[in-house]
Amino acid sequence: MGRRITTFVLRCRSLFASRRVDAELDEELRFHLERHIEAQVCRGVTPEEARRRAVIAIGGLDQQREACRDARGVTFIDHTVRDLRYAARMLRTNLGFTLVAILSLTLGVGANTAIFQLIEAVRLRSLPVPHPEELADIRIAGGNGGLGVSENENSQLTFPLWERIREEQRAFSGVFAWGTTEFLVGSGPDARQVAGLWVSGEAFPTLGVTAAAGRLFNPADDRHGCSPAVVLDAAFWRAQFGGDPSVIGRTLMISDHPVPILGVTAPEFFGLEVGKRFDIALPICAAHSWGSLTERRDYFWLSAMGRLHDGWTVARAAQHLDALSRGIFDATAPLDHQPASVERYRRFRLTALPASNGVSSLRTTYAGALWLLLGMTGLVLLIACANLMNLLLARASAREHEIGVRLAIGASRARVISQLLTESILLAVCGAGLGVLLAPTLSRSLVALLATTSNPLDLELATAWPVLAFGCGVGLATCVLFGLVPAFRGSRTDPGVAMKAGGRGLTANRNRLSMQRCLVTIQVSISLVLLFGAALFVRSFRNLSSVDTGLRHDGLIFAMFADFSDRPSPERVLAAQSELLARIRSAPMVTSAATTTQFPLNGSSWTQGIELPASSAPARRSSKFTYVSPQYFSTVGMRILAGRDFGETDTAASQRVALVNETFARRYLGPGNPIGAMVRTVAEPRFPSAVYEIIGVVSDTKYSALREPTPPITFVPIAQHPSPRPWAGIAIRSSAAPPLAMAAVKRAVAAWRPNMTTRFTVFETQVRDSLIRERILAWLAAGFGVLAALLAMIGVYGVISYLVVRRRHEIAIRLALGAGRARVVQLILKEIVTLLLLGLVLGGALAIATASGASSLLFGLSPRDPTTLAGAAGVLAMIGVLASSLPALRARRASTRLPRSDRNEDVRLQRHLYSTAGASIAASPSWLRRP
Amino acid sequence: MSRPSDLVQGTLDLLLLKILALEPLHGWAVSQRLEQMSGEELQVSDGSLYPALHKLEQQGWIKAEWKTSELGRRAKFYALTRAGRKQLERETANWERLAAAISAIVRLEEV
Repeated sequence: MGRRITTFVLRCRSLFASRRVDAELDEELRFHLERHIEAQVCRGVTPEEARRRAVIAIGGLDQQREACRDARGVTFIDHTVRDLRYAARMLRTNLGFTLVAILSLTLGVGANTAIFQLIEAVRLRSLPVPHPEELADIRIAGGNGGLGVSENENSQLTFPLWERIREEQRAFSGVFAWGTTEFLVGSGPDARQVAGLWVSGEAFPTLGVTAAAGRLFNPADDRHGCSPAVVLDAAFWRAQFGGDPSVIGRTLMISDHPVPILGVTAPEFFGLEVGKRFDIALPICAAHSWGSLTERRDYFWLSAMGRLHDGWTVARAAQHLDALSRGIFDATAPLDHQPASVERYRRFRLTALPASNGVSSLRTTYAGALWLLLGMTGLVLLIACANLMNLLLARASAREHEIGVRLAIGASRARVISQLLTESILLAVCGAGLGVLLAPTLSRSLVALLATTSNPLDLELATAWPVLAFGCGVGLATCVLFGLVPAFRGSRTDPGVAMKAGGRGLTANRNRLSMQRCLVTIQVSISLVLLFGAALFVRSFRNLSSVDTGLRHDGLIFAMFADFSDRPSPERVLAAQSELLARIRSAPMVTSAATTTQFPLNGSSWTQGIELPASSAPARRSSKFTYVSPQYFSTVGMRILAGRDFGETDTAASQRVALVNETFARRYLGPGNPIGAMVRTVAEPRFPSAVYEIIGVVSDTKYSALREPTPPITFVPIAQHPSPRPWAGIAIRSSAAPPLAMAAVKRAVAAWRPNMTTRFTVFETQVRDSLIRERILAWLAAGFGVLAALLAMIGVYGVISYLVVRRRHEIAIRLALGAGRARVVQLILKEIVTLLLLGLVLGGALAIATASGASSLLFGLSPRDPTTLAGAAGVLAMIGVLASSLPALRARRASTRLPRSDRNEDVRLQRHLYSTAGASIAASPSWLRRP
Repeated sequence: MSRPSDLVQGTLDLLLLKILALEPLHGWAVSQRLEQMSGEELQVSDGSLYPALHKLEQQGWIKAEWKTSELGRRAKFYALTRAGRKQLERETANWERLAAAISAIVRLEEV
């Protein structure tokens, strides 16, 4: 122990008091030499000879000093410290270069890390529960194929199905069901919408979620016909009640039902959906309290997960469930459906999927786009690295003289490499460090861009170790990429040649230049890929945003109204709806309003089977059905192309009538006059078969999503709705800005029914929000594309400048021998054209090879669109020619006199290269003056 | 200039430790003593002496002190530490084992 301390103290002394240690060493060696000389002189040797012999015996004073330092075991640290100091001084001297290098690395590493952080949060992170790897998602393989009614994206199973699965499965030590829904918490106009989670009694025990306060549900809380109780999310508890533990046992108004609060979940549990938080959880047995058709065999509203038994794999569980499928689906078939549907239902198979990462619609929507963005940022970083490498290569060759001197006086190659590499490492560490610091800000702003009012995003973006490791890995990779090659090449300088005043060769060193040519070719090709990608996404976004919805967007608002304190009876529903419409129409700034059961472009859909009795081939067809009040078409801006609008005379008692859209008429009714044709709907639960007479045709509109083609749509008067719902949606056309009109409508309705809850959607915003992924992809891709082109431009400029300066001798001789100046420019141009062509051909091949990866993200154009590729190549070629025209013209002005001094040449070269990097030309490369 | 080729690796350390175990000495005296004790058999160049001494000091086997030499000049004297004495015992034991083993092999009768 004592020995270690001694060692440590001595090492510190050699490191930090190195001057004194060196002085002592000198004194010690001098003492030795003097004694040696004395001894020799005593034997009769002349003093000069004695000194010579003594120095030879000891093997050279300097070598002896070095050897003693080595023996102390601090040379490595010592050298590193010296290299670092030297590197820092160099970087300070060339401040412009340093800033550009660090900035490009910061942005590159920052962008890469930020995107990776998002991917990690969305895709790779496990659910915050013990042993998430044991969880499996139980679902119907391939989904339910649109059978029955599906509540939302987390609706995989019906309640009867879930019960059978719970009874019969043997693969899991615990299974639970869950579903998501929206609730209104509070009452009247102050009520706010929260994210609700239905859970079966086994959910929290199986997941291993603990309570932060009170208690959570257990199987005893989830009995048939239970009275509801609610468990709060920790964040909701803090936001709503300030984390007050005394709220346990109090009641919360949930969609007009007072529900006692049972407990609060542990803060790390966010629910089962990545990217969304739940606010309140209720047992699934309580769903009937809100009038849900919970136990129907065709109502899909649940998902199920299980925790595997020891020794079971997900694959084995999937097999087990598959074997059970026949019995389970036979026992739960919705027999009141069409025989064909029932048969289809019986053939469903259950399966299990790994669920350690939870489920996420976010993942399916964004994972592809995020990986693509990561690829783009990676490529941009690669181009930036190539630029840095070019600069360092040029710099290494400008430093040939210095390095030659170092090698000549005995520095080992390893020392020279480590010294050159230290500079790159210093740059990489600064750049990557700042990049990792910047990443959270970037990823958070990206999340803020992605979140919309209708689809809030709640991602945990903690800087976890995988993210840090990724950032550091990228930093290291950049360092290796741009630092290693120049360092090795620099150290390969031949001292003899370098000492001859920097190599007075007449032509440039082919070998070194070929490396730089190669780099520029790669840069150009990668920029072409990025520019092409950017153009694809921008064009795709433009295609999407210029899609005609068929509706008039300005001032169009859709609103949902509900008053839970007063549920109109079925007979009073229509009267209540007309009263509501009248109130809204009377509000200021409202030009018209109409009732509808379906809001366009919000992703929902209502399909019914139809038969056309009069058609020659009375096959089964299907059409979207929307129930609307009179004036709906004029309100949303659809045109009636033939026939008439619905009127007040179309009532539940009168002849059933319908308007169809153009697609319907074209596809099902043929070229003849559609008016007067009959349409019979196929019977469905709550929707008995009925025959409608077509009284008109309306213009085509988009239905549930912008990307989808227009389906056949049938519009029916809401008064003839087979099973009217208490409250409906209202389309409102306002003459003023939507916020003003919304406030006016809210006031008008509140004056009538103070407890009315309202939810507005501005159509324009909704359309914009539905394109958020495309917009962000287009913007980011365009940004990266421009950045890539800019970097490539700098690369081309730098290399051509370098080339011209390096070939000054050659050019001067050519001019002196009588070559025309045009010929000289031609020489340089040939070089440029070769580089660009090579890069563009390579990049074109790369782009075509990789484009298919983006096909699912594109709209309205092929991923191999030749026009886009040609355009991108053209832009890049133009940029390349522009970038190189300046140095080419400089070659034209070259003097016929040979440059006087190579030192000047080096300085000029330096200036070219640093001005390339945007550095201040005034920054004098002082190290050139160093020995 | 480093190790003499005919000196078994690590043996120089053993010799230095042994010499310094007898009395504290400065570098010159150590080189004189080495020469004197081993005569022409072990050629230790002056060049390898100081790095070896510095290494031993760095490892804590010996410690250095500036004292006035017999000629009235300041000189760096090296002395064995307690850890160094233990190390000397270990290295001596090692050496004896090694030497005995090699001797035994060398003395094998050829048939």
